[in-house]
Amino acid sequence: MVFNTLRLDYKMIYNIIESGSSVLDLGCGSGDLLYFLAKEKNALVQGIELSEAAIYKCVEQGLSVFHSDIDSGLIEYPGRSFDYVILNQSMQEVKKVDFVIKEALRVGKKVIVGFPNFAYWPARFRLFFSGKAPVTVSLPYRWYDTPNIHFLSISDFTDFCAEKKIKILTTYYLGKKCLVKFLPNFFAVNVIFVISQ
Amino acid sequence: MVISGIGIVDTKYFTFAQPPNELYLEGGQKLGPITLAYETYGELNKDKSNAILICHALSGDAHAAGLHKGDSHPGWWDSIIGPGKAFDTAKYFVVCSNILGGCKGSTGPSSADPKTTKPYALDFPVITVSDMIHAQRRLIGHLGIEHLLCVAGGSVGGMQVLQWVASYPELVRSAMPIATTAKHSPQQIAFDEVGRQAIMADPDWREGDYYGFLQPKKGLALARMIGHITYMSDKSMEEKFSRKLKEKDYSFKFNTDFEVEGYLRHRGEDFVKRFDANSYLYITKAMDYFDLSGDRLIPKGKTIKTRFLVIAFKSDWLYPLYQSQEIVRQLKIRRADATYCEINSTYGHDAFLLEVEEETHLIKHFLDKTFQGYRVRFFHGI
Repeated sequence: MVFNTLRLDYKMIYNIIESGSSVLDLGCGSGDLLYFLAKEKNALVQGIELSEAAIYKCVEQGLSVFHSDIDSGLIEYPGRSFDYVILNQSMQEVKKVDFVIKEALRVGKKVIVGFPNFAYWPARFRLFFSGKAPVTVSLPYRWYDTPNIHFLSISDFTDFCAEKKIKILTTYYLGKKCLVKFLPNFFAVNVIFVISQ
Repeated sequence: MVISGIGIVDTKYFTFAQPPNELYLEGGQKLGPITLAYETYGELNKDKSNAILICHALSGDAHAAGLHKGDSHPGWWDSIIGPGKAFDTAKYFVVCSNILGGCKGSTGPSSADPKTTKPYALDFPVITVSDMIHAQRRLIGHLGIEHLLCVAGGSVGGMQVLQWVASYPELVRSAMPIATTAKHSPQQIAFDEVGRQAIMADPDWREGDYYGFLQPKKGLALARMIGHITYMSDKSMEEKFSRKLKEKDYSFKFNTDFEVEGYLRHRGEDFVKRFDANSYLYITKAMDYFDLSGDRLIPKGKTIKTRFLVIAFKSDWLYPLYQSQEIVRQLKIRRADATYCEINSTYGHDAFLLEVEEETHLIKHFLDKTFQGYRVRFFHGI
């Protein structure tokens, strides 16, 4: 695995996290991000992942990972146990988003939330002109086979944070290959929020 | 015949705790001398950093891998111990010993009591999993091993793994409790008790004093049959036997009509030939007394350098997932470095002996990383 081949959202998150941080990744997948954080940034990492196949990949990479869903919470961890809790591309799949974010904010000093932007312009166009559920780069599934159960835009999440009194520390708007600066809720494919209590 | 990668192996014996230096047991009694039967595979390296202890389950023994001379069946975990296998004997020095209380060469109720020169029978003290571990500790010292790269085992073997962590945390670099629990549940105690009652209800048991007579065959076979049902799953039994008949039609008698009946009877009869009924009583009692739940595994306020790989199987209803999850929960609370995997298997509790490919994948990489000097670092703020 070479760093340059990493997905753009992974690279962004990698850059956000300071060397030596302790990190809990909720829905860590095959552990590619955690691997680089541990190897290059000497981060102390722990993953939680639901897919058995992904667990094998994590163990191959020498990572410590728990086979579990993330809906059941993080009750075992005391408050502020980790410098960062990552919830990247997994929030839209959990049942109780509200609860999971609350738990993440409790055990992590900072929480990194990444999700596909439902208001990305091709999604809007597809819905508006063809009258069909959006299928985009970051939302590649069709309505009947998607693991996503929540569909939200950048504005939706910003409103959510305001309503729940969650501090938004930084926001990164991701295009297909680079960052998006102009009208992010229209042009961003993915978004990464760094939030705290 | 299965070709074993290790080849021919011998069981060796180590005797210690000679009076007056007997082993003090958890139940308050003393026991000595004690012999442990053990086997080793591979070589201990120069800095003695490659030793792995394998702990066996209820009916297992020291013969975990390789072939005994003239025997056609390899050891009970030969599928994952050997050159190039999960526990790679080209790299690691693997030790397996018969547990204290067993009947495969280690001191147990069928061994001769030095005071009377007759088998102990029920004069053998009731032992616990922690007593088994203290005895193994002596063997490990005898073999010149100062630290164990790994202690691994399934079922009761997994309980021994947890007990090693609780008793000698500084000696265990990594631990693999597989298909096991931190404490025996009432259901598990109940199954054990039914097995014990089956043995004790057999007139041939003679209050345990059957040596020189017949084994309580019927009771022990029945205990084993009950055990076997709990080791399989509804699905694995359906796949293995379905409602297949041994003959063309029903006998309309109480014969073994169904294949599943024949299988259980065969397993029961086979077990009687190789296992001592009193050992069954003592080991199941030790299992029932086992309780490392809550703070007992890792005391409050303590950190642990041991790395954990906890493995459970989805169809295991004897040691269900929630029990492994409870172990993991304790490890999380103590911020131990741990990995947990639930393998999707239909084999039930037996899966830990059968899901070779999945276990190999996890164990091999986990051990590799640990051996290559993976250092456990502590999360702050415990």
